[in-house]
Amino acid sequence: MSDPMRVRATEKDGIVDVKILMKHDMESGQRKDASGKVIPAWFINMLNVKANGKDVFNAQFGSAVSKDPFLNFKYKGAKGDKLVVNWIDTKGDKRTDEATVS
Amino acid sequence: MNQQRRSLLKYSAVFGLMASAGLISVAQAEEWNKAAFEGKSLDDVFKSLGTSSPDKSAAVTLNAPDIAENGAVVPVGISSTLKAEQMAILVEKNPSTLAAQFFLPAGTEAFVTTRIKMGQTSNVYALVKADGKWSMALKEIKVTLGGCGG
Repeated sequence: MSDPMRVRATEKDGIVDVKILMKHDMESGQRKDASGKVIPAWFINMLNVKANGKDVFNAQFGSAVSKDPFLNFKYKGAKGDKLVVNWIDTKGDKRTDEATVS
Repeated sequence: MNQQRRSLLKYSAVFGLMASAGLISVAQAEEWNKAAFEGKSLDDVFKSLGTSSPDKSAAVTLNAPDIAENGAVVPVGISSTLKAEQMAILVEKNPSTLAAQFFLPAGTEAFVTTRIKMGQTSNVYALVKADGKWSMALKEIKVTLGGCGG
């Protein structure tokens, strides 16, 4: 299974600043292994963030997003909001993590 | 030599089967904008995003370094004074042009930062869709060490 994400969310003046660090190799399908064989593409392609059950952010990634993807975005919210972050990769692996806005 | 080829063939067959057996979820493939992400040129991607050529706009800001020492990790941010519904990051000279696309519901600020890979020095485009219209900003980022090859 995949490793947990790191999610940090802090509220200031009614704006919640969310930082997410995912753990994923994000193989682009361009790299070759030691024997010269192409390593097949394998990357997170969809990400969804909900605050108190409501969508606040959706992302779609291509192969060009860096290994261990980082995201920073802001939404109008409050302290104590419950964030649920979901991602799916191109092999159908999923990962869900939760965080509370502080 | 021949033996190796056989096993290679077998592997690709297995991946094909996985896809058709639904291990790679069909629903997901439908939602993910495959056509856009497989676009090989700016025009391809503009077309799949539903625009012919976005206007350059001072309301869109691309926050990125002038020089990226490591093409594998290039911090790129988009911010805008427009009421953005969608944003996209495009790298002109990458094997697939579209790096990421963001969907911002009402209440989410027009602000995103992420990190992307760049194969070589290239123009990077920040696109913002507001009121159904795409606007953009662009900047050349010089890469001293590519992040795509092995």
